[in-house]
This record gives sequence, C-alpha cells and structure tokens, in this order.
Amino acid sequence: MSFPLLTATAVLPALGAIATAAVPAAKRTAAKWLALLVSLGTLALAVTVLVRFDPDGARYQLTESHAWIADFGVRYELGVDGIAVALITLTALLIPFIILAGWHDADPHETGNKRWRPTQGFFALILAVEAMVIISFEATDVFLFYIFFEAMLIPMYFLIGGFGDRAHEHGEETAATQRSYAAVKFLLYNLAGGLIMLAAVIGLYVVAGNFSLTEIAEARANGSLEMATSTERWLFLGFFFAFAVKAPLWPLHTWLPNAMGEATAPVAVLITAVVDKVGTFAMLRFCLGLFPEASKWATPAILVLALISIIYGALLAVGQRDIKRLVAYASISHFGFIILGIFAMTSQGQSGATLYMVNHGISTAALMLVAGFLISRRGSRLIADYGGVQKVAPVLAGTFLIGGLATLSLPGLAPFVSEFLVLVGTFARYPAAGIIATFGIVLAALYVLVLYQRTMTGPVKPEVAKMPDLRVRELVVVAPLIALLLLLGVYPKPVTDIVNPAVKQTMSDVQKQDPQPEVEAAK
Amino acid sequence: MSASAVHSLWTMAADPIEKIDAPKIEYGQLAPTLIVIGAAILGILIEALVPRRSRYHAQVFLSVVALAAAFAAVVALAAGGHATTKAGIVAMGAIAVDGPALFLQGTILLAGLLGVFTFAERRLDPVAHGNRVDSFAAQAASVPGSEGEKAAVRAGFTTTEVFPLLLFAVGGMLIFPAANDLLTLFIALEVFSLPLYLLCALARRKRLVSQEAAVKYFLLGAFASAFTLFGIALLYGYAGSVSYATIAQVVDGTVQNVTPALAETMGNDALLLVGTAMLVMGLLFKVGAVPFHMWTPDVYQGAPTPVTGFMAAATKVAAFGALLRVLYVVLPGLRWDWRPVMWAVAIVTMLGGAIVAITQTDIKRLLAYSSIAHAGFILAGVIAASPDGISSVLFYLAAYSFVTIGAFAVVTLVRDAGGEATHLSKWAGLGRRSPLVAAVFAVFLLAFAGIPLTSGFAGKFAVFKAAAEGGAGAIVVIGVISSAIAAFFYIRVIVLMFFSEPRPEGPTVAVPSPLTMTAIAVGVAVTVVLGVAPQYFLDLASQAGVFVR
Repeated sequence: MSFPLLTATAVLPALGAIATAAVPAAKRTAAKWLALLVSLGTLALAVTVLVRFDPDGARYQLTESHAWIADFGVRYELGVDGIAVALITLTALLIPFIILAGWHDADPHETGNKRWRPTQGFFALILAVEAMVIISFEATDVFLFYIFFEAMLIPMYFLIGGFGDRAHEHGEETAATQRSYAAVKFLLYNLAGGLIMLAAVIGLYVVAGNFSLTEIAEARANGSLEMATSTERWLFLGFFFAFAVKAPLWPLHTWLPNAMGEATAPVAVLITAVVDKVGTFAMLRFCLGLFPEASKWATPAILVLALISIIYGALLAVGQRDIKRLVAYASISHFGFIILGIFAMTSQGQSGATLYMVNHGISTAALMLVAGFLISRRGSRLIADYGGVQKVAPVLAGTFLIGGLATLSLPGLAPFVSEFLVLVGTFARYPAAGIIATFGIVLAALYVLVLYQRTMTGPVKPEVAKMPDLRVRELVVVAPLIALLLLLGVYPKPVTDIVNPAVKQTMSDVQKQDPQPEVEAAK
Repeated sequence: MSASAVHSLWTMAADPIEKIDAPKIEYGQLAPTLIVIGAAILGILIEALVPRRSRYHAQVFLSVVALAAAFAAVVALAAGGHATTKAGIVAMGAIAVDGPALFLQGTILLAGLLGVFTFAERRLDPVAHGNRVDSFAAQAASVPGSEGEKAAVRAGFTTTEVFPLLLFAVGGMLIFPAANDLLTLFIALEVFSLPLYLLCALARRKRLVSQEAAVKYFLLGAFASAFTLFGIALLYGYAGSVSYATIAQVVDGTVQNVTPALAETMGNDALLLVGTAMLVMGLLFKVGAVPFHMWTPDVYQGAPTPVTGFMAAATKVAAFGALLRVLYVVLPGLRWDWRPVMWAVAIVTMLGGAIVAITQTDIKRLLAYSSIAHAGFILAGVIAASPDGISSVLFYLAAYSFVTIGAFAVVTLVRDAGGEATHLSKWAGLGRRSPLVAAVFAVFLLAFAGIPLTSGFAGKFAVFKAAAEGGAGAIVVIGVISSAIAAFFYIRVIVLMFFSEPRPEGPTVAVPSPLTMTAIAVGVAVTVVLGVAPQYFLDLASQAGVFVR
C-alpha cells in the first residue's frame, strides 16, 4: 500500500491542532511556532500532492478508499482532481500567512488566569479548520464531505466569536456583544444550510444506496440508476442551498459582513479566502457532478442570483464606512462572479471560476491582511478615521494599493485573468448576463479607489501621524502574496494547466459543449 | 403463557384441581433481571440490618456489582446467540429474550451503572457537620425546614435507600421492553415508575420543589398508568388474550376462534382502536412525547440532578423499547391506522420541544425540552416500521443515553452557595474559569445538536435515513428544520459559556470524586467513538433489530 498522501495532508494539521492546544499556558510563543511549523509542513505535503498530480491522468488521483460505515453506505474515499489540487494548494499556502499575520491577535489580556489559554486555542482552531477544509476538498464520498463541511463550522465559530480586534471603536463590551452576534449568525445560517443539505444527503442515499461520487456517476451514466426529474431537482436544491449559504450567494449572504467585520483580519481571510471556497468548489463537484440535469434546469435562476450578488455586493461595498465590511461586500460581489462562471456552463467560464477562486483567495488575503495591520495600528475600522497614511507609512499604503488593484482586477494582476475568462465564458452563452456582470468591474474600481483615496491620500490626520510602517513580520506576510499576484497575472499557465482537464470532465458530466461561434439558445 | 392457558387457569380454579404444573421458568435467560431484583431486595435488607455508617459503602458496592454482573449476563446471553438464532419467549410467554430486548437491557444496565456513580457522589456538597453528603435528603420523612430535618442533617443521616430504589427501577426497566404480554408490560411499568416517583422527591436542596415535582410526576404518571390499564382491558376484550402474539394474530385475522365469555366483544374494531390508542398514550407519556410531555420540564428541574440524568436516559430507553415492541409485534397489522397518528405525534414533538426550549432560562428545563425534541427524532425512526427503523432507534437510544447522563453529571458540578447553579445566566463565562468542564459540556451540547463527528449525528442520520426509506420524507424535512431550531439554543449555551464575561459572583466548579468523573469520561468517550466510528455499534444494533414473535 502506498503512502496515504491525501490523508496525511489533512491529518498533519489536525494533529498539529491537538499538539498546539496542549502547549502549556506559559509557553505561548512555542505554540505559535509549532502552529507555523505544522502549517509549513502541510504546505510541503500539499506541494507534494501538486507535483505528484498528473493533469492528463485519471480524473481522480492519489485515491484512497477504506470501509467506514457500511450501514450508511459510507466509505472513506479520497481523491483529487485538478480543481481540488489547486484549492488544496491555495489553502495550504494561505494558512502560514494567516498564522503569521495573526501572531499577536490572541495574546491574552490578563495573564493571571493559568487555565485560560487563548493563544493556544486560536492557533489550534486555525489548524483544525485547515484540516477540515483540506479533507472536504479531497473527499469523493458525499457523506464524508458532508461531515467535514458541517464540522468545520464549530472551530470557525469559536474563531469568530472568541477573538476580535484588540481596539474597538465602541468599547470592549459592545465589541464582545457584536462578536458573539456575528458568530451565532454565522453558525445558524450555515447550520441551517447544512441541515437542509442533510435531508438531501439522506434523500440521495434512498435513491442511490451509496455515497460514492464515482459509483453514482457511473451508475447514472450506464443507466442503472434512474432519478426522477422532480427527485433530482429537490436533491439539487438541498445541496445547492447549503453551498449558496457558504459561498455566499445573495440573498443568503448577510452573515458574511457581520462575520468578517467582527473577526480579526486573519480570521476574516480564513473565512472568505479558504472556508467559503468549499461552497463554490462543492457546487462544481457535487451539484454539477451528481445532478447535471437539475443544474441545467436551475441555471437561469442561479445566474440571476449571481448577477444580483455581483451588482448588489459592489453597490453595498461602495457605501460602506467600515474597511472590513467593505472587503466583505466586495467578496460577495466576487463570489457572484465565481458562481456566474460555474453556471455559465462553458469551459472558459468554469476554468475562469476555478482560477478566480485561487486568485480571489490571494488578492483578498493581501488586501485584508494589510487592512488588518492598518486597523491594529489605529484601533478603528472606520474609513473616516484615516487619511494621508501614504505619507506616513508608504510601504503599507503601497501594498494596500496593490491588494486593492488586484481586487478591482487590474490587468497584469492575477484576478484580471480569471475575471476575463469568466466574462468571456459567460458572454459566449449568455451575452446579456456578461454585459450586466461587467458593471460589477466598474463598481469595483469605484469602491477600491475611493477606499484608497479616503484612507491613504489627503492631509495626514493627527491620529495617524505617528503610525509606524510595516514591520518585518508583516512584510514577510505581504510580499510573497503580492509576488504571487504579479506572477499569476502575467503567467497563469501553471494553474490553468492543472485546472483545465478537470473542467473538461465537469463539462462532460453536464453534457455541455462550448457554444460554437453561432450562439445557441439558452436551453 | 398463551391466552387459552390464562383463561383455562381461571376456569380450572372452579373445577376440582387434579394437578397444577409448576410454571417453567428459564432462569438462565432471565438472569439479568433476576440479579438486579435480587440485589434490590438485598439492598432493603442492608437498610434494615447493617449499621448506618456502613450502609453507604455496602449499598454502592452491591449496586455496582449487581449491575455489572447483570450486564455481563446480558453480554453472555447475546454471545450465546440468544439475540439472534436462539431468541425465544420465556417464562410461560411473559417475557421475550431477543435482540432488541438484550440490546436495550444492556443499554439500561450501563446507564444504571453510570447512574449509581452519580448517585454515590459525595464530594460536591460542602461537608455538613463533619459528614460528607450526597445529593439526597438527609431524611426523606422529615418536613423541609423543620427541626427534625436539622437534627437529621446534624446526625449525618443519608438516604441510602436510593440505591435499592434505583435497582428496583432498573429491574422494572429491564422487563419493560422485554415484556411479551400486556399484563407483564403493565407490572413492569409500575415497578420502574414507583421508585422513580420516590427518587424525584429526595433532593437535599430545594426540597419543596423536589417534592412538588414528585407529586406532579406521580399524579400524571398514575393517570397515564390508568389509561394504559384501561387500554389493556379493552384489548383483552377485543382479542380474548393479553399475549402479544395472540393479539397480533387476531388483528391479522389469522385466529378466528371466539372465547365464549367474550363473544359479545371479540373482534370489535372499536375496542381495538380505542384500546390501542390508550395503551400507546401511556407509553408516549413515559417517553415524553407531545402532547403527553407536560410533566417533563417540572420533573427534570425538581428532581435531584443525578436522578434526572438517570431517569432521562434509562426511562427513555425502556419506554421506547416497549413502544417499539408493541407497535412492531402486537400491532403491525394496524400499521395503516397508527402510522398517521404517530406521524402527527412525531412532528409536534420535534417542533414543540425545539421551539419551547428556546425560551428556557434554566439549564435543567432546557435539557428537558431538548429531551422532548429528541423523543420526536426517535419517533421518526419508530414510524419507519422496518428493520432499519428498529436498529436505528436502538442505536439512537444507546447514543442518547450516554450523552444525557454525561450532560446532567456536568450540571451537578456547577455550583454556588445555593447548591447547583442551574440558572443559565450563572453559566456565563464558565469557559474562562473552567475551560475543561465547559469544553466537555460543549461536546455534549454539540452531540445533542447532532453536529457531525459526535454520536448525536450518527444517531440522527440513522433514524432519518430509516424514516426516509420508509417513505416519510416529510418527517425528515421537518426533522432537519427542528434540528436547526434546536441547534439555536444549544449554541446559545455555548455562547454563554465561552463568549460572555464571567460574573464576579458566579458559580464555582466543584471537583468531583472519581465516580462522577468516570460517568462524565465514559459519556464523552462514547459520544466521540459513536460519532467517529459507529460501524461496530450499528452492526450490533442491526443484528439486534429483529423481534421474536
């Protein structure tokens, strides 16, 4: 038996989480270094997966399969396609930066209580989330996926509710209330989505008798498993609902601004750049893979929701007074693009969407983490409290600008490629949707540039006059992310090479071909 | 004993008696029950004969040994094939020894064992007059607040009768799901109910609340018992027998011979339907299903917490076992009549329990309403009317009982000057003060909420799967909606524990003896193991999923 590489990639951070949690209260710094080392080790494993993965090989590679709960027809089945590999690498790549950026976020206020170990908890929870996210990217068994899709809510919930910005403009008590409100809202939205999905998972079992993606797809292809049209649609809706909450898609998005606003910047990055990707990833793998006909049936409605997300998210971002909430609404807009790309049902659209997931992860991480550094310096999230920062802290302002420009998809930076692909892919089949989505880009330019202008330019506000520039640790976080944005902006081929074959497979699942120059009708 | 045998016993009494055969009793197969009842009787003798200062240790030792021995007997019977191939009806037709019976008996015995551990805890309450005290009244007969009570406390009296009472209750519970005729069912019901009524009244603190709870429980319980008995009488009138198998045959129409004395009533469908309704009502009262749940919150809150934990776990197991056997063995022919009614009961139970729980401010009442919601989930599995339905209910009951005992054991630890601090506001910030206790309680709450990787999820999945396969898709959808509602109040407690600032005058967490620690540790271990690797236990449950007829 070969080395279970995929299992190891998920187990390492899980063990790391336990070990980190067990570090004694006084050895805070050791816990941080341990967490960082584990996350780097996970990155090494993820890179090994990337290297061992053959883009032109079988659809699911590095597969593992073990009996688990026979009574429920559940097997422990792992396997990765190109899309999963890209997202696992993204996850493993971002976690070290998140840990490093949050280095001091969870230092205890009071040191008297020997049993209270928030630092250890913070880093252990981040690693736990990493483990669960990675295994949900790897799972090819619907039940296995579901378990971790749900279970990851718990550590996320504690990360949002338990740790907030040190300084808060309304005082610590209000902050704690708002934080626990945000955490509960996050959990209830996602739990409700997950439980609706549970009904659909059970329904799938009743229809199919097992949960293996490959077996179900095979049985459907050779006709041994017939699904009534209405059954398929109901099951699709059950799955899609959960993923749309997670992604998040308008009108199920309202938890995201609260969660990202109240959480510390690294946790906000964890939410939007890592955890939410499971939602869009699952749409590709499970909605399209298991219910191709229903996916096609639902496409028009989903496209409309995606367009609303794009425009609505962007409009609300323009109107925000709070930096983190602005990034959150921008993310909602971007998730609209990703979902648009997935359901445009063209290979450019889906490649673009996958690439978008990767790029959005990197660009949001860059923007949000720099924003976090900014906020921790001034102790306020309000845009109006800043001004003229570029004169005081030019490096901070510069990196903030690059992160912002990436968010508005400036050509030359990575997100441009993916946004372009999504728009091209959408335009090929649904020209009207493509045109409407383009307005999202215009609005993105507006909210990013206005944000930059109000915070970084203009006269120096007295409160920011003594603001220090980025420290070494912070530079170590930001510089590689910006380098990646530039690299993937001019040379996205490494990612697209891995992703494209997997997208072709997904397209064949739904039996869609790219429209030829003469545009075919929507159905 | 078959129906005709019962009948002929009566008629023979009038005739000159020639010879009465001694009833044939399979002592080996009844060993678990006999051991427990025997130990209970021995426990009474200990109360009468052993000096007061030695009673506590003698009783605890006896109870633990008896329950462990009974559990070993259950395991031996199951290993000997009595759960599957050698399953049969013993004691002249009164008791069935089969898979479900043994599985449930094993669960009840383990719950009873953990119950004894929490009953025996003497380190939580502060030492009174140099004596270690447990959760039970110093002298049950003394009037609360009276001089007599004070004198009893000063003298260091303890109510060691709780241990034989627990054993009697366990004995009744062992028979309840195994009863194979309606009279045995009724006797088992009374045997386990009466000790529970008493136990509920024995709290050391807040004695009036405790006694009020016991009176409520007793009155409503007696009322429900009366219904059950009336239902049994009507069913006897319908079928001419109290034996499960015979009634089932009469319902199916395979047996036609009419007992002359009952010629007027036999085969009368009105009797069947009304009798069934009343019998099932009595059982639904014991499981705490809406609309027969009114006693649950008051009794759970008022009873001493170790009793609440034991009762919440073991009673539910026994009562669902009996309900399963009645519905699957006696009334399968009536399925089309009882299923719609049970559908309705399951739906209102799930929704009712979950919705009312939201407004609760007392942790014990909250857990009471949560137990109602869980009764609804279990009913969803009962409704499936399939082998999968049986095994899923068995699994759920096993998973649920350990979580429940563990959760109530944690409740006993959180205390302030007035005893246990059960008001939710006092739990604020517990996670800061005692991260471990709060984390353990959070695990139990997450299991109640059915979060994956806990036993609660595996159980919920099993019953919902069985329900969906039985064509009850609507129940599943309503089930997940109530789960979402229920999740809200479990999460609220977690928020309170971890994200609220601790109150300055808040409660402290008492350090328990190894007894309570064992109960809690076993609870956590079972919760996690059944959540991560449930396959072995699912196998066990599905092998045990066939009723002998």
